[in-house]
Amino acid sequence: MRIFGVPLRNPFLLASGIWGESGESLAGAWRAGAAGVITKSIGAEPRLGYPNPTIETYDAWGLLNAMGLPNPGMGEYPREIEIARRAGATVIGSVFAGDAPQFADLSARIEATGVVAVELNLSCPHAEGFGTEVGSEPADVERIVRAVVDRVHVPVIAKITPNTSDAAALAEAAERGGAAAISAINTVRGLAIDTTLRRPVLAHGLGGLSGAAIKPVGLACVWQVYRRVKIPVIGVGGIRTGTDALEYIMAGARALEVGTAITFDGIGVFARLNRELSERLDALGFSRVEDAVGVAHAPST
Amino acid sequence: MRVVVEVTETRVETPSTITLRFPFEPSTEPGQFVMVWLPGDDELPMSLSYTEGPSKGVTIKAMGETSRRVLGLRAGAKVGIRGPYGNRFDLTPRRVLVVGGGSGTAVLAPAAERALAGGASVTVALGATRSDELLFRERLREAGARVEVATDDGSEGTRGYVTGLASALLEGEPFDAVWTCGPEVMMDKVARAAAPKGVPVFCSVERHMKCALGMCDACALGPYHVCVDGPVFPADRLETTPDFARFHRDPSGRRVPFGSAAPV
Repeated sequence: MRIFGVPLRNPFLLASGIWGESGESLAGAWRAGAAGVITKSIGAEPRLGYPNPTIETYDAWGLLNAMGLPNPGMGEYPREIEIARRAGATVIGSVFAGDAPQFADLSARIEATGVVAVELNLSCPHAEGFGTEVGSEPADVERIVRAVVDRVHVPVIAKITPNTSDAAALAEAAERGGAAAISAINTVRGLAIDTTLRRPVLAHGLGGLSGAAIKPVGLACVWQVYRRVKIPVIGVGGIRTGTDALEYIMAGARALEVGTAITFDGIGVFARLNRELSERLDALGFSRVEDAVGVAHAPST
Repeated sequence: MRVVVEVTETRVETPSTITLRFPFEPSTEPGQFVMVWLPGDDELPMSLSYTEGPSKGVTIKAMGETSRRVLGLRAGAKVGIRGPYGNRFDLTPRRVLVVGGGSGTAVLAPAAERALAGGASVTVALGATRSDELLFRERLREAGARVEVATDDGSEGTRGYVTGLASALLEGEPFDAVWTCGPEVMMDKVARAAAPKGVPVFCSVERHMKCALGMCDACALGPYHVCVDGPVFPADRLETTPDFARFHRDPSGRRVPFGSAAPV
């Protein structure tokens, strides 16, 4: 299959922020069956992220995190990408920045490492000055995407936030700016409080919720975005089974990102997802993923 | 799942090392660790030094700012605990050499106790900078281990690093396994000393951690994640990575040569 011109051996991508600091980990996800690996979001300078606790765990339904965009910085990170590329991995570079010129600059620098596409983090819900704070207004999204598209040759993916009243408007803005695809969704803003200690659990306070709990939110966003843009949609949020994946595909996703499921099932989740999705597609009479994309919008009786 | 518990007992083990005991019901095994949250401060991975019964314990050395503040904790302090995480020592070998460097002995003591209780013979090469920093010497002797000591300043036992003592013990008698915990450079030397003898070495590795769930990549070590693939690794696997005993990662994920960055 291909998406925005890039060949993919299956629809499952490693989501940004997971297994993404080291090249060996990216290579490991690739060897485990991910069709592509999206790097940690990289900024201009090394960033330590927030102090711990950075994670609150729940039963199987989710995870709340506020890592705070830790990353080695664009100076050192290319060598990690090089390790992954030497292992044969298809790498998509994720970047975050505070304004359009810096997004463009970082995108150009990560493009130079040989990534097949750039994903713009317009949606981290817990980092001051970045993510959602620069990606919540359609005009900002359009300006940032256009600035990047003007600078790079590879396809540009806009990863949008669900923490807004109209996520599809952000997708439309990204499309106007020249984006090749939309990733939906990033984590849903959340909070955990320890009642004994009478304080937020995460050192940063607010965090982002991922995992099964947000699958319906992600599906709704993909559904709405699919109806309002022509560019492909990448579904992300709570995908842990082949049926989860097919729900996203039927809502309109052409590819999928997987992250939190790895904490429950290990990196072997990619092989299992591929098997389960193939079985489910076969059982329903679909010969290809592409044939199932968006079918829920026009159900046959 | 995280629980907030009150520390029931603190015990100063050495001038730089303290044990915290706290109620924690889940079953734990020697080698495993928990994430200990000091509210308002930080959350750190700590290997369990007491794994049996309803009262568990961790033993921590003051190295960075947060761990120094741990030394000031008193009974009644509230801490958050999540875990247990990670794998465990394989307790089946019958003749074990335990090589503990400084606070690394914290995770080795419960493993040695369990092995001894199961009838294994355990020899401990216990190392520290000086005599009063030797951790769990009496505890291990009381459990029935033969304890040999090395101190950097010669204030007790052999003068020099514990790696030299361990090499001598490996030369002198047969062992089925070596369990070690300490600085990676130390464990690397232990592994190199044991390799010609064909004795398998198992290392308990400490790395900076955030999620402890195998997700965030903070503790990536070659193809492994210390939190879920370890913290106990066969040394021969570690030796195939470019990082072991050479680089660790700071909280940003940068590779930093050992000895060049402040500990947490």
